[in-house]
Amino acid sequence: MEAIKPQQEQEAIKAQVRQYIAANFLMGANVAELGDDDSFMGQNVIDSAGVLELIAHLEQTYGIKVDEDEMIPDNLDSLNGVGRYLQRKLNGARAA
Amino acid sequence: MLLHRFLEGTAARLPGKVALVCEEGEHTYGELNERAERLAATLARRGVRRGDRVAIFMPNCARAVVAIYAVLKLGAVFAALNPLTRTEKLAHILNDLRAACLITHSSLRAVCDGALARAKTVHTCLVADENHFHAAPAARRDEAIDQDLAAIIYTSGSTGEPKGVMLTHHNMVSAANSVMAYLDYREDDVILCALPLAFSYGLYQVLMGCKVGATVVLERSFAFPKRILEVAAQARATVLPAVPTAFNLLTNLVTLSRYDLGRLRLITNAAAPLSEEQIRRLRAAFPQATFFSMYGQTECKRVTYLPPEQLDVRPLSVGRGMPNQEHWLVDEAGRRLPNGATGELVIRGSHVMRGYWEKPAATAERLKPGPLPGERVLCTGDIFRTDGEGYLYFVARKDDIIKSRGEKVSPREVENVIFRLPGVLEAAVVGVPDAVFGQAVKAFVVLGPGRRYSEREIIGHCGARLESYMVPKYVEFVDGLPKTDNGKIKRQALG
Repeated sequence: MEAIKPQQEQEAIKAQVRQYIAANFLMGANVAELGDDDSFMGQNVIDSAGVLELIAHLEQTYGIKVDEDEMIPDNLDSLNGVGRYLQRKLNGARAA
Repeated sequence: MLLHRFLEGTAARLPGKVALVCEEGEHTYGELNERAERLAATLARRGVRRGDRVAIFMPNCARAVVAIYAVLKLGAVFAALNPLTRTEKLAHILNDLRAACLITHSSLRAVCDGALARAKTVHTCLVADENHFHAAPAARRDEAIDQDLAAIIYTSGSTGEPKGVMLTHHNMVSAANSVMAYLDYREDDVILCALPLAFSYGLYQVLMGCKVGATVVLERSFAFPKRILEVAAQARATVLPAVPTAFNLLTNLVTLSRYDLGRLRLITNAAAPLSEEQIRRLRAAFPQATFFSMYGQTECKRVTYLPPEQLDVRPLSVGRGMPNQEHWLVDEAGRRLPNGATGELVIRGSHVMRGYWEKPAATAERLKPGPLPGERVLCTGDIFRTDGEGYLYFVARKDDIIKSRGEKVSPREVENVIFRLPGVLEAAVVGVPDAVFGQAVKAFVVLGPGRRYSEREIIGHCGARLESYMVPKYVEFVDGLPKTDNGKIKRQALG
């Protein structure tokens, strides 16, 4: 079976996460203004409870387990960060 | 005494001492006071006057603290708003305040633009990280007196629209002094504050830190608990104020012991009570620290604290009244009750608010005539019971009491029993409509990783320990509970 191109997969994941953030946290604010590298915290989009909700959502949707050491801003504080992180996790799962 | 004397006094005494540490770096007392003077001069030039309301809409940062003190120095009234507030609510609050000025941060521009279009009273908007305030500090005489409003703090309340709690300089200075009379913040303390400044628990960390000349490390939130621990270790934090959700995040980390938090000497909890299990875990995680369990409400800041030596004797008590405050319980007819009874808590003291901003009907419900002519006492709307020695135990919000089978059920009492099951992280009990009983008890339960219980197991566990009318009829397992910006469970969103 042909492997999905990593770049495409990451973009698809980002689009899904963007949709989730828009529906659950932005509530009518302009979602287009959230840049791929913008910090969710820095842009006041998500608070501490929100990060937990995001983690639960990622675990359920993508069938992964977010480890304690992975709960850091690099992985969970921007669309690009989440995209890169998820791709690493999913690749790890496929390789295993 | 005026509230901004806290900063001015320490700036005169310890100008070179680090007052604040935040993302942009370190700020001394001398620098903060100077910047606040300049911003006050800028605001005055833009037409902000004594008594005007100034909304401060910013994440936790030094600029927000400068803005608070600048507004106070002018004799104007600040309203610190949570940076998660969205356009519509921001517009509503700006209009409710009839705000003259908004001070914000560039990251919030989109939200502000939408709100300002609908808030006609706001004549000046400053973006604190973009506008530079070069105005020389003007010679200024304090016009305000301590009976004037210093702040309006918005509280979501249990239902309905946000209400602005009016607090005078005298209210806030009194509250800070009473809290410091038992908490003993010191000049050599490093206070790690990740609570929003829009929340009085967070705001007072900065106010009290300024008063004693401590260093406050301001973080935006507890979202990344490992970051908080890193910062705490690096800054050699000595004081950690937090709320139950945040303590859960921290004590759930398996890697907690990796961080050197040996300097931590004081941990405080407010906003919502901790379960016995949570308290046990917290003490095991930070054995060297003294733990204070506290209760308060925005309407008077703080009410009680449990002296640490009582923690083993009565772990679930929120303690007794703080210094310079009188309180008592009343029945439904307003009659004072003796120790051992259950009733609504009433507060008397100079920390009690002046009322809700432009909401006389809501004010009249909470502020009632006190013992002296013209005096008002605060009816908290919270039901407590006392033990024989007068220690207080939270029973429920008056509005949250469930009436099941004609009996009154305290959600807290049922939650405490559920919390005894290992692995229960959070629990909230509410009443749901029931054709037979009027209301039936329903429990929402959040379990830790790897824990599984059936609905029957939870009901059985409660049935073995509670009167039958208190036992949940339904149990729902959820990933998390809806919370207010301050970390309180939104019960009305459950059910």
